[in-house]
Amino acid sequence: MDLGPHAAFIWASYAAETIVLATLIGWLLYDGSRQKQQLADLERRGVTRRGASSPAKDTP
Amino acid sequence: MQTITQKLANPTRFMELSGKLLPWLAAAAALTLGYAMYLAFFVAPPDYQQGETVKIMFIHVPAAWLAMMGYSIIALSSFGLLVFRHPLADVSAKAAAPIGAAFTLLALITGSLWGKPMWGTYWVWDARLTSVLILFFLYLGLMALRSSLEDEATAAKLTAVLALVGVVILPIIKFSVDWWNTLHQPASVLKMGGSTIHPDLLRPLLISAIGFTILFLVLHLKGMRNEILRRRVKALTMAEVERAARGHVPAAAE
Repeated sequence: MDLGPHAAFIWASYAAETIVLATLIGWLLYDGSRQKQQLADLERRGVTRRGASSPAKDTP
Repeated sequence: MQTITQKLANPTRFMELSGKLLPWLAAAAALTLGYAMYLAFFVAPPDYQQGETVKIMFIHVPAAWLAMMGYSIIALSSFGLLVFRHPLADVSAKAAAPIGAAFTLLALITGSLWGKPMWGTYWVWDARLTSVLILFFLYLGLMALRSSLEDEATAAKLTAVLALVGVVILPIIKFSVDWWNTLHQPASVLKMGGSTIHPDLLRPLLISAIGFTILFLVLHLKGMRNEILRRRVKALTMAEVERAARGHVPAAAE
């Protein structure tokens, strides 16, 4: 594909677009999985929003 | 009867709906952008003046539009927070900031790389370029202000006020090419009397703009979902800390 004398500028533009968007997508995916993992850890420990204790400790 | 915003005011319902929508929207974005890139590189002819360099337009113009759309979303969400106290308004504003900043950065980078071969310079302090740079700094300012305040409610309100004050930059960006003498060309797609771009170049541009807009919505929804999860984690962590503190209160004090 011949992009003429300014090909470097065209490829650099598309490369910048790809890098910035890939970084943004990667960060959002990583952040989402990290939040899910932390939420799952808290729920596994039986923590609820009302501050109730874990089922194991509540059991008489 | 509930309006759509009232229905979505419930974060749990929002998570359900967005979870179903996201894969479809992501697929639509990928397909539309793939088609747009095919048109850009294999179908669109070179411009009679700019030659192949016009291909930069297919990513620069959508990035510039979305830079402004991102800030519009933040401003509307901020209005929704301050006036209607919509539960998801702050979540939306917070999630849109880094995405809008990324697209503004892309508009600046691609514009600079387009400017060098066409204008002979990467940068010039003209009204359009400078106002977009200010928009980028506004995004950074919003994120910095929010992260500098520990109390989330105070941070949300102050950020919303700053966002609404900063909205004045949008008409300045839009009309800068009409109000001042700029190196940047005036509006050529959305203008009275129709576009001045040839249909062979306009079609890939519009398809690219649609693709990037869907991608923006996907990223925004994902960012909002992450923020809702982060707030749940924070609420549960606080509940756990409070419970632990109560558990350590000496019996004599009760």
